[in-house]
Amino acid sequence: MTSTLKAYAVRLFPQVAALVVILLMVSFAFPDFFRLEMQNGRLYGSLIDILNRGAPVALLAIGMTVVIATKGIDLSVGAVMAICGAVAAACITSGYGLVGTLLVTLGTGILCGLWNGVLVAVLDIQPIIATLVLMVAGRGIAQLITEGAILTFNDPGLIFIGSGSLLGLPMPVVIWLVFGLVVSLVVRRTALGMLIEALGVNRRASMLSGVSTGVLLIAAYVLCGLCAAIAGIIAAADIRGADANNAGLWLELDAILAVVVGGNSLLGGRFSIAASLLGALIIQSVNTGILLSGFPPEFNLIIKAAIIVLILVIQSPRAQSAFVFLSRSQGAAPAKTEEEAK
Amino acid sequence: MKFKLALASATILAASMFSAASAADLTVGFSQIGSESGWRAAETTLTKQQAEERGIDLKFADAQQKQENQIKALRSFIAQGVDAILMAPVVATGWDEVLQEAKDADIPVILLDRKVDASDDLYLTAVTSDTVHEGKVAGQWLVDTVAGKPCNVVELQGTTGSSPAIDRKKGFEEAIAGHDNLKIVRSQTGDFTRTKGKEVMESFLKAEDGGKNICALYAHNDDMAVGAIQAIKEAGLKPGKDILVVSIDSVPDIFQAMAAGEANATVELTPNMAGPAFDALEAYRKDGKVPPKWIQTESKLYTQADDPMKVYEAKKGLGY
Repeated sequence: MTSTLKAYAVRLFPQVAALVVILLMVSFAFPDFFRLEMQNGRLYGSLIDILNRGAPVALLAIGMTVVIATKGIDLSVGAVMAICGAVAAACITSGYGLVGTLLVTLGTGILCGLWNGVLVAVLDIQPIIATLVLMVAGRGIAQLITEGAILTFNDPGLIFIGSGSLLGLPMPVVIWLVFGLVVSLVVRRTALGMLIEALGVNRRASMLSGVSTGVLLIAAYVLCGLCAAIAGIIAAADIRGADANNAGLWLELDAILAVVVGGNSLLGGRFSIAASLLGALIIQSVNTGILLSGFPPEFNLIIKAAIIVLILVIQSPRAQSAFVFLSRSQGAAPAKTEEEAK
Repeated sequence: MKFKLALASATILAASMFSAASAADLTVGFSQIGSESGWRAAETTLTKQQAEERGIDLKFADAQQKQENQIKALRSFIAQGVDAILMAPVVATGWDEVLQEAKDADIPVILLDRKVDASDDLYLTAVTSDTVHEGKVAGQWLVDTVAGKPCNVVELQGTTGSSPAIDRKKGFEEAIAGHDNLKIVRSQTGDFTRTKGKEVMESFLKAEDGGKNICALYAHNDDMAVGAIQAIKEAGLKPGKDILVVSIDSVPDIFQAMAAGEANATVELTPNMAGPAFDALEAYRKDGKVPPKWIQTESKLYTQADDPMKVYEAKKGLGY
């Protein structure tokens, strides 16, 4: 057990270190950064904001990690968020009730995932193209549902999902923490995770050794669609309205970035959901940090890009091997002098 | 028998429609960009309404965000020999040729809500809002409302680099210049969206001592203000009282917020660009009066005193 914990610690070390460094940097620019207080029965502070605002990307990153582990990619998640937000708003305003609305919305997300999965697994279309279809069409579908306007609603149950709180934490935070934990347990406490990795490394070989790759592939995209649906519900509930034009816009790229910053390979194979979630938090910390620091908005994107390039460079295989080389040569240097002394 | 009756009624209907068409002394073609936003949809609805009220026969063409469609629509209007053309240009450049064709056919063209980079003798006039002035109206309201008391303002900008964001910022700063009691303490982009408006406002509140340091919020559009109002409420403050809220656009939802006392003022970007355009056109056709090259629409200020619920009801059906 301790050895697995140690393995986890080694795997997650770069992400945790990056997150800590960024949080410290922000706290230099904004001293009150770590202050937390209770307000109206919930924790209130910048750290909570990071967890809360990072919820959509964190949820998307969970599904995206699994899809990328199968050597795929899902570009449609942002558009699926918009569709599901629109469906949720349309259902609740036409009186389906909270449970009905949630079921229909999650079903819509699953259906979107199924569509992607079938294109990839059955028709064998390359994932980037297959999911591009829904990425382009999805926003149009969402606009059809909302008829181009922001569809607002006042249902307290649905609003609770966006801005309510449970055990002192905002609801979106609870949702992504629980969902991330459940998915991690399901893939790691069963053989599922290993099968997904096998599929990602070599689909043909894993099929020949008896893995039902088709079903597994479709399931991965369905999970991604489901994550996007939950993220879509949260995004809509947060602003009490479905904004088909802007909900989830470009978030597919943030989700992919979270997976990459989490140290997962885009070539598929080994994956860590926890690392991707840390990646999502790193991205959100940068965003929130920029907002708090009070820089003019023209700098936002440049600062974000610079920090992310830095993280990726440190994580790159060349840099890693350079670190190893440096630490070895330092260790080797005294030995050499000893030999010379003899 | 039934068939004959139907035929007869159809003939009567057609005849009545024909007479209605011939009664209109004016046929105007309207080339609209598309329906990318609620404001755009409201503009289309109001243009159609205005034409109907004046007995103008309006031919409508939706360009779906493509200039080529718009040029095609203009050429077909010219071929049909309409009396005038209204156009909301999707981009600023590339209009010289088709505008020259309209000029050669003696058809006046009126630009709606955006201008073009073309010689101004190619079109009759342009009806647009002055976005710098909108910012000024918002700023002036705040200057008058705080009446000399010290006030820290936070600003939610539109999309960085977009012309309404630049102009609305400039206008506001011009209005508060010389009033040392007003100070913009934080300014960030909220991308014109509710989500970003809420997120950025949350960080403003944290950064300015839980919002105790903030006396007013200026948002470049209503959607960001609506998001920010939720953030203010979740921080345990009262929007509209603890923090004054002023924004621009006048979409229906901000009037609901104003009716609830959560927003204070909004400056209207009127979707009724067609009204002044038709006025200019009718005057031009009647007495040959050439309108100025730029007709500025009114940037009306609405406050809580203007019966926001009534305005909301009036605006609700326009397609915002």
